[in-house]
Amino acid sequence: MGMTMTQKILAKHAGLDSVTAGQLIEANLDLVLGNDVTSPVAIKELEKMKVNSVFDKDKIAIVLDHFTPNKDIKSAELCKCSKTFAYKNNITNFFETGEVGIEHALLPEKGLVVAGDAVIGADSHTCTYGALGAFSTGVGSTDMAAGMATGKAWFKIPSAIKFNLIGKPAKWVSGKDVILHIIGLIGVDGALYKSMEFVGEGVKYLSMDDRFAICNMAIEAGGKNGIFPVDEKTIEYIKEHSDKEYEVFEADEDAEYDEVYDIDLSALKPTVAYPHLPENTKTIDEATKDDIKIDQVVIGSCTNGRISDIRIAAKILEGRHVAKGVRTIVIPATQAIYLQAVEEGLVSTFIKAGAAVSTPTCGPCLGGHMGILAKGEKAVATTNRNFVGRMGDVESEIYLASPAVAAASAVLGKLASPDELD
Amino acid sequence: MKAQGIVHKYGDNVDTDVIIPARYLNAPDAEELAKHCMEDIDKDFATRVNKGDIIVATKNFGCGSSREHAPIAIKASGVSCVIAETFARIFYRNAINIGLPIIECKEASLDIDNGDEVEIDFDSGVIVNKTKNHTYQGQAFPEFMQNIIKAEGLINYINNK
Repeated sequence: MGMTMTQKILAKHAGLDSVTAGQLIEANLDLVLGNDVTSPVAIKELEKMKVNSVFDKDKIAIVLDHFTPNKDIKSAELCKCSKTFAYKNNITNFFETGEVGIEHALLPEKGLVVAGDAVIGADSHTCTYGALGAFSTGVGSTDMAAGMATGKAWFKIPSAIKFNLIGKPAKWVSGKDVILHIIGLIGVDGALYKSMEFVGEGVKYLSMDDRFAICNMAIEAGGKNGIFPVDEKTIEYIKEHSDKEYEVFEADEDAEYDEVYDIDLSALKPTVAYPHLPENTKTIDEATKDDIKIDQVVIGSCTNGRISDIRIAAKILEGRHVAKGVRTIVIPATQAIYLQAVEEGLVSTFIKAGAAVSTPTCGPCLGGHMGILAKGEKAVATTNRNFVGRMGDVESEIYLASPAVAAASAVLGKLASPDELD
Repeated sequence: MKAQGIVHKYGDNVDTDVIIPARYLNAPDAEELAKHCMEDIDKDFATRVNKGDIIVATKNFGCGSSREHAPIAIKASGVSCVIAETFARIFYRNAINIGLPIIECKEASLDIDNGDEVEIDFDSGVIVNKTKNHTYQGQAFPEFMQNIIKAEGLINYINNK
């Protein structure tokens, strides 16, 4: 029986010729990731283990991105704990304020993940790197600790759902709209324990930033990982960012899938997820009829803080001003993206439009800092979760959308389509 | 290995943000986290819960963030087991890795009500609802996972190997 792309990568990392869904394996890891929230818990677990060192100082990344720049004393202590550990163990890839970016934008940009890698990260959105043709998945702090000590993790080989992408997306339709549409279709547990494999001729119309956004939210459908085949765009991206050797895996033609969905990209419309689940989707033409007045817009996060996201938001805000009463917060995901936004004049555009521009941080996405919502407030955000209380008070509301919809909403003061602007 | 206690019942898609809101993640001490367990979905849970109590929910329990603080908060609050129709995969892993017993059983997750007294046998996967006098067959763990739970988590399991 043939194997899926994910199964092939896992088989290789377990030193096996073949694997089948449901099989328990132990895989060798190419990278183990943690952040300021999850690393301290992992470090405490690691201290209980009978080991004196990490498995490979070059294959661990500690990225202090969640509650940073340190939002309070307790958060500062978490960062200090992570930093002390990183320095003690000579961790090569340790990033703090000034160098740090949001982990899932930063690691590909730094060339730390390439096609064919197997990666675990103590952050659920670690599934992002599937865009590069890698197997990557989120785990907890104990798995991170075991991974740092042994360079291995146990996995149950997942079955898969195939998403056959067809056609070219229309104007304003981005990777975010594709994944919100898919989550709306299959539900927040539609891919539970499974791989989401995105294939088809439509893939060539998706930029790397689109693919990162799509794989990033595989977890919001319950997926173990999301993954794209490696094509010219992937190779170009990897060569531009990394010296690491990569390996291209392809699903076998006779690979078995639990389900196959055809997704016609040309028929998709900008899509919004209503509170309080990412599966509560509506197309923008339906959503605008609800006339939802908003208090805040957030453009950023590991889903949508990349340069193409920042550019499209700036294009919409150029020569316009955000509506009175709408706090608009733009957060480029890494320092390199921030610098690019400065050099391209995008930051000037945002400031002239009345938006705040922040140093890279996960901040508001998880209700950490830099844009918390009060009771009854509503936000349009390019982030990835709209759970109860995610961005602040339990009675606040989050509408998940693309950067284009978020920027248009900021201008019009309500959940809006970019087509509504003159 | 068995667990027995009174049930706290919830619905679908209980996410880790409501199990332990991010505003408390800056202090990862287990006892501290337990004080705020389930706060955004069930405000008085931390004061109501007793040692040995059981959480029962329906689909996709523990979805969202990978924060291990979620199963840590549940375990530290005294909960002896979580029963659900399905668990989100990272939560499932994390619960096993820290030694919080969990069990998947659709029938039990639908039939058990808030306040019922329930007993679980982890070796056989049998769940007994003492209040209703009903019995359900849950999914027993594979041996590999039972060994991790018996060692009270992955770290002890690796240390013992």
